[in-house]
Amino acid sequence: MTALRDRAIVSLQSAPSLPRHVRIQYDPMRQAFALLSPEKVFWPNEISLDILRRCDGRSTVERIIADLAADYDTDPQEVAADVIAFLQEWSDKLLVKL
Amino acid sequence: MSAPLLPPIGMLAELTHRCPLQCPYCSNPLELLKANHELDTQTWLDLFSQAADLGVLQVHLSGGEPTLRRDLEQLIAGLSARGVYTNLITAGIGIAEGRIEAFAEAGLDHLQLSFQGARPATTDRIGNHRGSHEKKLETARRARAAGLPLTINAPVHRHNIEEVPEFIDLALSLDAERLEIANVQYAGWALANRDRLMPDLAAVNRQADIVAAARERLAGIMNIDFVTPDYFAVYPKPCMGGWARDAFMVAPDGTVLPCHAAQTIPSLRFERFGDRRLAEIWADSPAFSAFRGTDWMQEPCRSCERREVDWGGCRCQAMAIAGDAAATDPACIKSPIHKRMAMLTDAAQAAPGGNESFIFRRIGATTPRDARTDHGPR
Repeated sequence: MTALRDRAIVSLQSAPSLPRHVRIQYDPMRQAFALLSPEKVFWPNEISLDILRRCDGRSTVERIIADLAADYDTDPQEVAADVIAFLQEWSDKLLVKL
Repeated sequence: MSAPLLPPIGMLAELTHRCPLQCPYCSNPLELLKANHELDTQTWLDLFSQAADLGVLQVHLSGGEPTLRRDLEQLIAGLSARGVYTNLITAGIGIAEGRIEAFAEAGLDHLQLSFQGARPATTDRIGNHRGSHEKKLETARRARAAGLPLTINAPVHRHNIEEVPEFIDLALSLDAERLEIANVQYAGWALANRDRLMPDLAAVNRQADIVAAARERLAGIMNIDFVTPDYFAVYPKPCMGGWARDAFMVAPDGTVLPCHAAQTIPSLRFERFGDRRLAEIWADSPAFSAFRGTDWMQEPCRSCERREVDWGGCRCQAMAIAGDAAATDPACIKSPIHKRMAMLTDAAQAAPGGNESFIFRRIGATTPRDARTDHGPR
């Protein structure tokens, strides 16, 4: 089996980004943010968008967790597991690059 | 109660019917349009602009072979300027030096490349084009080098179903993000060639197991989309996500269609872009209204709890096999003629000479007998 890459696993030091084939843009007609990918259009909810918009390839997962916790006025420990699980799931679908 | 009208999300633009390949399962209609019927550049650009205004977020540029349009870069740039996600669906043969890079520069978001086989001999035989496999490999490399994300599309039938593991390896070796294992849908040319293409049940089951295992193994490495074979199904697919619900297609001459094969339904009347605006066609063209929502349904669809899951399945398959475009898709186990699907797959295995005599896709290749439907007495 010739795989040119391995499955990526989220760590606190990962700096996630959106891959080249994925784009988030505001759709004024439906008044919502759409995530566009080769065959599918997703409509992420507000929390998902808050995570995805921080996937800029520079911020580490640790930083994203801290930022979100500050925004939601909660303890980073509270959001860490959810953020990591979300990023792993989206990475497994190749919608987020780690 | 009539269905609420939603804006379309996706559009398939068949820019041309011209193609260097002659695949016997092509989804184009049997009556192919010649180049002099194709819309010109400005008309396509107008159409794309109206599509974006209407709410379309993704356009699939297809054909025939879309790269035969010399204005493809311009069309991509037009869509890109409107923020529309562009997906180029190509056979990857004869694309001139520098053009793939030009597509990327014009804003192309994604490229989907077909392989008729995982082995060169299969690819060359099915497309009836010697040397095509090598050219496709080269196109894949050029696309990746230009930074384009890549999907490999593998239409599957009796003559390549055993190559599914090799298709998976091929897609991985080409650094594709995505592989589509697409069992051939028996409309268009595939219907004319059904007896020559239909796999048997054992092969279909083996394939399903292989794909399921590969999907698990390749999570996070490569996505595998699996278009399951209708004739072996329990429930039908929600064809086009529901008739005229969130997607449509446009033929090379500007005819706006709810799906690829809609023109095989004789009762429908279609409209052309230019005669009316796209928004008007989408909203109330008789062909779009005919099967939109659920009001048109008969039993068993009408009272079925899945009616808004699969939207009655494929209207063209109902037409071809049940002889009634408003019937339940015979792929559904609840269809009164569901058993006919198994009879047809058995008959295909028993058909004589099936391996050697494709009706290759080309202008004037079919006879009325080949273009048959199946609703006659059996």
